[in-house]
Parts: sequence; C-alpha cells; structure tokens
Amino acid sequence: MSRDKDRYLSILLISPSILAVLIFIYGFIAWSVRVSLSEWKGLNPDYTWAGLKNYINLFSDPRFHVDIRNTLIFTGVFVVGSILLGFFLAVMLDQGLKGEGFFRSLFLFPMAISYIVTGVVWRWLMNPAEGDRLSGFNLLFSYLHLDFLINKWHTTENWGIAAIALAAIWQMSGYTMAIYLAGLRSIPDELREAARIDGANELQIYRHIILPLLSPVTLSALIILGHMSLKVFDLIIAVAGKQLPLDVPAIYMWQTTFDGLFYGRGAAIGILLLVSVAVLIIPYIRYTLKTETQQ
Amino acid sequence: MKKFRLGKNWLYIPLIAMAVFYLIPMYVMLVTGFKSFAEVDLKTMWNLPQGIHFDNYIEAYSKLAPSLWNSFIMVIPAAVISSMLGSLNGYILAKWKFRGADFIFPFILFGMFIPYQSILIPLVIFINNTLRPIGLGGIPALILAHIIYGIPITTLTFRNYYAGIPQELLEAAKIDGADMLGIYRHILLPLSIPSFVVVLIWQFTSAWNDFLFAVVLTGNRSWPITVALNNMAGSQIIAWNVQMAGSLLAALPTLLVYIFLGRYFLRGLLAGSLKG
Repeated sequence: MSRDKDRYLSILLISPSILAVLIFIYGFIAWSVRVSLSEWKGLNPDYTWAGLKNYINLFSDPRFHVDIRNTLIFTGVFVVGSILLGFFLAVMLDQGLKGEGFFRSLFLFPMAISYIVTGVVWRWLMNPAEGDRLSGFNLLFSYLHLDFLINKWHTTENWGIAAIALAAIWQMSGYTMAIYLAGLRSIPDELREAARIDGANELQIYRHIILPLLSPVTLSALIILGHMSLKVFDLIIAVAGKQLPLDVPAIYMWQTTFDGLFYGRGAAIGILLLVSVAVLIIPYIRYTLKTETQQ
Repeated sequence: MKKFRLGKNWLYIPLIAMAVFYLIPMYVMLVTGFKSFAEVDLKTMWNLPQGIHFDNYIEAYSKLAPSLWNSFIMVIPAAVISSMLGSLNGYILAKWKFRGADFIFPFILFGMFIPYQSILIPLVIFINNTLRPIGLGGIPALILAHIIYGIPITTLTFRNYYAGIPQELLEAAKIDGADMLGIYRHILLPLSIPSFVVVLIWQFTSAWNDFLFAVVLTGNRSWPITVALNNMAGSQIIAWNVQMAGSLLAALPTLLVYIFLGRYFLRGLLAGSLKG
C-alpha cells in the first residue's frame, strides 16, 4: 500500500519538471517550427502558411552564406586549437611536476568568466590600430621585435572570425585540458611500464597506447566544442558588436528577429541551428547512456 | 609527485609560457584598472601603474552598480531553486524509476544542449503575454528562464550522484518504515551536500555569465551585469580603461567562487560533458 503511495508521490513530484521540459523545450521548439513556416514579419503575429519559403530564402541569402563560412572557420580553428592546446597542457601536467595544481587552476580560470568579459578585454588586446597608435598584442609584438606577427586581428578581411576563435581558445582550452587530464589519470601506470619494458620510447607510448585509449575523450571534446561553436554569440558581440563580416547564425537570428522583426526568418535560423546541434548531440547522448548501462 | 624525474624540469619553460598567455588578459584588466586617469593611454597599456589609484573602479562601479545588484538578485534564487528541483528530480530518476523514466531521461538531457535561439521567439512571446502584464517581466522572467533551462543539467548531476549511493541503504530505511520523502530528507539530502555545492556553483556561474536570455528578457532598468557591460563597451563615450575596470567587477564574483571552490567548479564542468 505504502509502496504505491510512494510511487505516485514520486511521479507527482517530478511531473512539474517534466511538464516544464515538455512545454518550454519541446513545445517551444514545435512553436518555433510553426513560426518558421509562416509569413510572419512585423510586430503582429501572422501564421499564414509559407511552407519552406523562409528556409529556401536563407540558402540563397548572401548573409547566410557568410554565416556558414564564418561558422566553419570558427569551428575549425576553435576545435582544433582547443583540443591540441588542451592535450599538450594535460600531458605536461601529467608528468608529476611540482606546482601542478597551481598550473591546472591557472589554465582553467577563464572558464569562470563570461564570454562578455573575455570579449571586452580581447577587443582591446586585438586593437587593429596601426602606426604610432599601435596597442594591445600588436604593441607587445613590436616590443618583442616580432613585427611580422602584427596583424589586423578580427578586422582581417574574410578571416577575422579566426581571431575571435583565438579568444575562445583562451577561454575553453582549460576545459579540454581538464577532461584529457582526467582521461590520462584513468590509464593504469602498468600499461606504460609494460610498454617501456618492451622497449617502447615515450613518443611511441603516447602514439600507440595513450592516444588510442584517449579517443573517447577526444570524441567528447570534439562534440562538446563543436556544438559550442555552432552556438557562438556573446563573444563576437562583445568583441565587435553586430558587424556583417563577423556574422554567425546566432547573431543573424537575434538581429533579424528582434531588430528587423522578421520572425519567420529568425525562427528558421533557430531551427537550422537546432538541427545542426542535434546531429552532433543525439548520437553522443545515445552512446553515453549506452556505455553507462553496460558498466 | 609519483613520477618526478629531474629530467623533466625543462617542462616548466612551456608551462610558464602558457601561464603567461593565460594571465595576459588578467594583467591588462588589473593594471589598467589601477592607473590614474592621467596615465591611461593605449600606447602605454602594458606599463605598470605609477601608484595605486581607484579612479577607474569608482567610475565603473558608479555606472555598473545597479546591474551588479540586478545580477545578484537574479542569480541567487535561480541557483537555489534550480538546485532543489534538480536534486528532487535526480533522486526520483535514480531511485524511484517509474515506467518510462529511462525513456524520458535522454529527452531531458537533450535540453541541455539546445541552442536557445530555437526557443527564443516563443519564450519572449510567452513572457510578454503572461508575466509582463502582471509586472513579473524583467528579472523574475529571467529567473524563471534560468530555472527551467537549468533543469537538464541539475537533474543530470544529481541523478549521477544518487545513482552511486547503494540501494541497500534505501532498502534498509524502507524496512524501518521510512517513506519516499523520509528517505530523501533524512538519508540522501544530508549525503548530497557536495553535489549541492557543485550544482549551486554551476548554476550561479552560468546564470551570472548568461547574455542571450538577459538581452532579450530584460530592459534598461533590469539589465544584469553582462548586458550592462556589453553596452558600456559598445558606447563611444566610455573610455577603455573604465571598460577594463568594469570587466573586472563583472568577473569578480564568479572568479572568487572559482578561487575558493575551484574543486567543485571542476566537478560541475566534467558533469557538463555527461560523465558524472
């Protein structure tokens, strides 16, 4: 009797959360899909059926082409940069040096800061002014006699978004370091010892034993960082505001919806973002939950 | 220090170089903040300040104080309520699995990763039609958004934690006559203080650092710090040195949490990649 009461009570207690997820996530997604299939522009809701018009228009929209290009560049630089940097930091910290904890905290602290703060500071570090108005990193390069490194950062034609990705690497590489370090720590020392006895050198051990064992970590990092790049928004806004050369889908969606009142188009961009994130994340969730039940 | 070898000390060179790279933005924020207005110049931005001045911080604080308080007022209830909800959900999903619980869980999880652009239009319409007319737009609406969209991550963290608590403990309590809520209150809740710290910190940090919800749900007088700082940076009239000082003020609360409770912060971070 009391078992039943407990069961009902638990369902009762969790149902507000399930209902909230159902409405505010799935219901709202469905609602967005409906808006994306409508003619709605302007302040008043207009659900006149437009079919796939908003989506088709986006794919012939030059601004959306810039967005896709920028997202690809950003993702490439950010994901590869964070993974490489995070991996090497983790390997160095795994050598049992003194002060490991200090360095680990230092590499991770940018994670505690908002993209807005990072963006505002990097905006001045990446100041593109030239000549005697040189400042930020460019001034530092000039002090160090590395003048060939002086560049226009985020105002570089076509590739400016890569400079934003550098700021994102600064912010997120500590995260990849942390997950690689956790991965390295879970590899038993005996494996390395055995390889050493078999005559393998350190480099071979990393290549043939450690890297393959870390591939689930690399996969996680690829997916988590990849889905973050698709959503990148605040960092760009804080560095450069809403500038067309640095446009990405998230900014386009925000601007076209809330400044331009093109609700149909804005919703379509939101849904395209969702689909691209889902392609990465759904297999990841399935894989993670499957390995969880196997353990 | 198990693998210490003298031959590895050269590793300090790249490590220190990287440490310098990570500290550069901090250095600029701090150094610029402590300069007097007279010595602030982009051309000498790398120089140390001549003496300690608080002009920039005072100026930045006078501009950002209202939004700093807005952030505190918003973040504290958002973090506390979403942690409590997450704990209850996690308990039920880990220990009182009803039919379909394992089916529902991945759907809750997916909510953690969605780009909020895909729910933003309905959210704004919903807030404008329900909460705003009764005077609960702005900060209360933002709190609600952080609680609801925080459910997936808080539920996940607590579920993983409670799943590790042996079932025998619950069975013993049941035999002693404890009911579902009794077990939660007297056994699991006291055991889950570390999890609460992790989730509270995580929710505090993400709500404090959020920009997207804040920028669409709040207006002029209810702006949290991220929106106010971004507007300050976008304005032509406010000098870069004040922006730097403002950035430090905006970063300080989460940085302090990180400095004092970093261990828990890291755990929250790793939970975010699904492995609890």
